[in-house]
Amino acid sequence: MTLQTISRADVCVAAVSDAFKGSGEVLAHAVGIVPAIGVRLAKATHTPELALSDGEAFMMAEAPPLLKTAAAGGVPEAWVPFRSIFDIVASGRRHSMMGASQIDRHGNQNISSIGDWRQPKRQLIGVRGAPGNTVNHRVDYWVAKHSARIFVDSVDVASGVGNDRAVGTAGRFHDLGVVVTNLAVFGYDENGLIKVNSIHPGVTPEELQEATGFPIDATDAPLTREPTEEELKIISAEDPKGLRHREVPES
Amino acid sequence: MDKTLALTEVTSQLESGMTIGIGGWGSRRKPMALVKEILRSDITDLTVVAFGGPDVGLLARAGKIRKLVYGFVSLDSIPLDPNFTRARERGGIPETSEYDEGMFVAGLRAGANRLSFQPIRAGLGSDVMAMNPDLKTVKSPYDEEEYVAVPGLRLDVSLIHLNRADAAGNGQYLGPDPYFDDLFAMAADRTIMSVEQIVSTDDLTAKAPPQSLLVPRIFVNHVVEAPGGAHFTSCEPDYGRDEDFQKTYVAAAKSDADSDWTEFEERYL
Repeated sequence: MTLQTISRADVCVAAVSDAFKGSGEVLAHAVGIVPAIGVRLAKATHTPELALSDGEAFMMAEAPPLLKTAAAGGVPEAWVPFRSIFDIVASGRRHSMMGASQIDRHGNQNISSIGDWRQPKRQLIGVRGAPGNTVNHRVDYWVAKHSARIFVDSVDVASGVGNDRAVGTAGRFHDLGVVVTNLAVFGYDENGLIKVNSIHPGVTPEELQEATGFPIDATDAPLTREPTEEELKIISAEDPKGLRHREVPES
Repeated sequence: MDKTLALTEVTSQLESGMTIGIGGWGSRRKPMALVKEILRSDITDLTVVAFGGPDVGLLARAGKIRKLVYGFVSLDSIPLDPNFTRARERGGIPETSEYDEGMFVAGLRAGANRLSFQPIRAGLGSDVMAMNPDLKTVKSPYDEEEYVAVPGLRLDVSLIHLNRADAAGNGQYLGPDPYFDDLFAMAADRTIMSVEQIVSTDDLTAKAPPQSLLVPRIFVNHVVEAPGGAHFTSCEPDYGRDEDFQKTYVAAAKSDADSDWTEFEERYL
């Protein structure tokens, strides 16, 4: 066995970067530390035309320090306060990678509440922009702690619209891409059901199944690729403090 | 023209049962001084319309919200407001209308434009439709598309906080984002605007570009000078969020001992 030098977090960052390959000149929206690094990696390598946000009111030609806004550095190139964000969403020139508190096999996502929404067992943040994002432009999901509590049979509140619900006008611009987790990368099959695209090095198919609340088949899944030397340099330059390892610790 | 109003007079303009819009976004530029006046008063039974932050948390904890219209409630640097989550989990907010953020803006726009609804794609296929059974869709008269018809949100009063204003009620923001404060003002029958500082009309454009004049006086009824009036939320560039204070707020709100919250509330108010 060779010495394992590539961290799980770095594999995840490269998978996020790959998810933005070919997205073109759109606004990248990335929720989470690994996604935030991943879109920077995508811009620095295969998709230079990608537009980054500072998470506040600016599109950035040069990104500010990780998790910081334009006030902390970088070069703003456009003013996109919240009022323009919803217009950008409706225009379709955006690609999101959002989090998920629950996700089902159709790709329905929940960030609103757990239990009956009338009086939830656990109130979360609210649907935020998930309903609008999913019917307007490409949406991927990022799950830092893959578990059977997140990958469930059915979500309690469909915040992000899954493939089974994307009919009529809701389906016109609906485009679910991938789900990147700390264990694997998922896509959707021709029936819109979640399938394993690749499994991260060091994860067994049994482990993946155990952490997923519905049946999946990872027996023939290829390994998620490891980042290149060049990519690793970019990743550590973007995240010198190693915040990504806190989001995805080594298992 | 002088629309200045003392902070202590604000609640004389409000009544129980009103629909109140609150400007800002999450834990950013919230009219906290105005909200505190409501908390100190007997005013209750409110319908609150907001991109929620600690304003919603505090009003919910005080049991003053009968209905909440929101897209999210968050403290930004701390994702969840424990006062809000606690109220929801214990049935402390009798009625809620949880919208997608874009739908929320569409509702405000329709309200501001005195339209009965505004069409939007957001919401279709999601459980927002199930959580708001009164929501209807509308068929396009031009093609086969069908959109969500977000009903216009009309507000009795809007409360907003800006950086500067003149006494006539021309409001100026100096931070990176106007949020939706102008829209809140336009969607309301009356608007109470607090500011860090009231200056002369000349001064407004002496140090900042005219584009910073966000809210014209025709939409403002009262101007309240309240330095630090957004604390502990941010009011860039006058001050950032008081993260330490926000942590104290969250710890008190989270505590199982009600005395911790009472203690915080007494100190805060």
